[in-house]
Amino acid sequence: MKTILHDLTRLRRGPWEMVATLLIALGVFMLMQPFALWLYSYSFLVTLVGTVMFIVVSHFPE
Amino acid sequence: MTDETTARTSAASRRPPARAIKGLSDRAVGWIFVAPTIFLLLAINIFPLIWTIRLSLTNYRANRTTAEVSWVGLRNYERILTDPDIWNAMQATAHFVIWTLVLQVLIGFTLAYLINKKFKGNDLWTTIIVLPMMLSPAVVGNFWTFLYQPQIGLFNYFVGFLTGADPSSFSMIGDVALAPWAIVIVDTWMWTPFVMLICLAGLRSIPDSIYEAAECDRASKWRQFWTITIPMALPFLMLAVLFRGIENFKMFDLVVQLTGGGPGSVTELTSINLKREAFEKWRTGYASAYAVILFVTVFGLASIYVKALNKVKER
Repeated sequence: MKTILHDLTRLRRGPWEMVATLLIALGVFMLMQPFALWLYSYSFLVTLVGTVMFIVVSHFPE
Repeated sequence: MTDETTARTSAASRRPPARAIKGLSDRAVGWIFVAPTIFLLLAINIFPLIWTIRLSLTNYRANRTTAEVSWVGLRNYERILTDPDIWNAMQATAHFVIWTLVLQVLIGFTLAYLINKKFKGNDLWTTIIVLPMMLSPAVVGNFWTFLYQPQIGLFNYFVGFLTGADPSSFSMIGDVALAPWAIVIVDTWMWTPFVMLICLAGLRSIPDSIYEAAECDRASKWRQFWTITIPMALPFLMLAVLFRGIENFKMFDLVVQLTGGGPGSVTELTSINLKREAFEKWRTGYASAYAVILFVTVFGLASIYVKALNKVKER
């Protein structure tokens, strides 16, 4: 955990990609879940942030 | 004579070939070859994407070209993301995508594993299994509506024969509970051969020597399956899931032919819903915002998936 946080502060690709991946997965789940309409309402924002983040952080150094 | 030939050859090798032929550098020749592709990519992919994003921020209607178009900002997105009907379409799509992928991967991989074994009539069975994939989705949708007919449908008779139920007592495409499964069954029937072919390519790429080494180490068939077959076929399996996942996310023709989105709207997938908004209600700006939301979702998922695929291939 400490290593991941350290790599996040040093702007390393691996942990940032993981954060972006989690955001995209969460956004898609929110978009298609049958439980709460408010989750659906915020799904696009979460997916968009995750996708843009994924594109940006994939240019970070390893 | 020999000296003259050698001198001519060395002079020719020193000269850049492109510059010598056309007076262009290698870089310029490269750009000339790539330019048509870049132009097509910009014209067919990038420009429509930017135009769709622009339209999604307006109240434009394609059937009223003379009407004034006004800027509505993010209102289209707001309305889509609070609309319970579109939320239901998203859930119907999720049900369709998840179940078709699970069934196609399980059945497709099993078939590939069996076909990969050498037996008499192997090629004939492969051809028979692959046949549904070669049909047009419109044709498949149409003839499955006959197979699903409660009175004359073979599917109902087959289910009745297996379960003892009256064949005319249920309607696969007319029942709210059964219709989502009806489209899953047809898509699985049609596209499992595709997954099987990709898995078969993966299984055939595994060298026999690895299995022979495992036999020497007295590894059981079960262990060989989990430690050799599955890891080595995994990139192919993931590729099949990527192709089918994206394809099923935008599934349209098969379902329109089969159920038309009904009964009610239980099989109205996002692509059908989007088409209705765009070309039946003519709310082009609204439909563009809808399309952008679907695009971002598929793009995000595909990005994760390609990353995972590369990691598996590196292993």
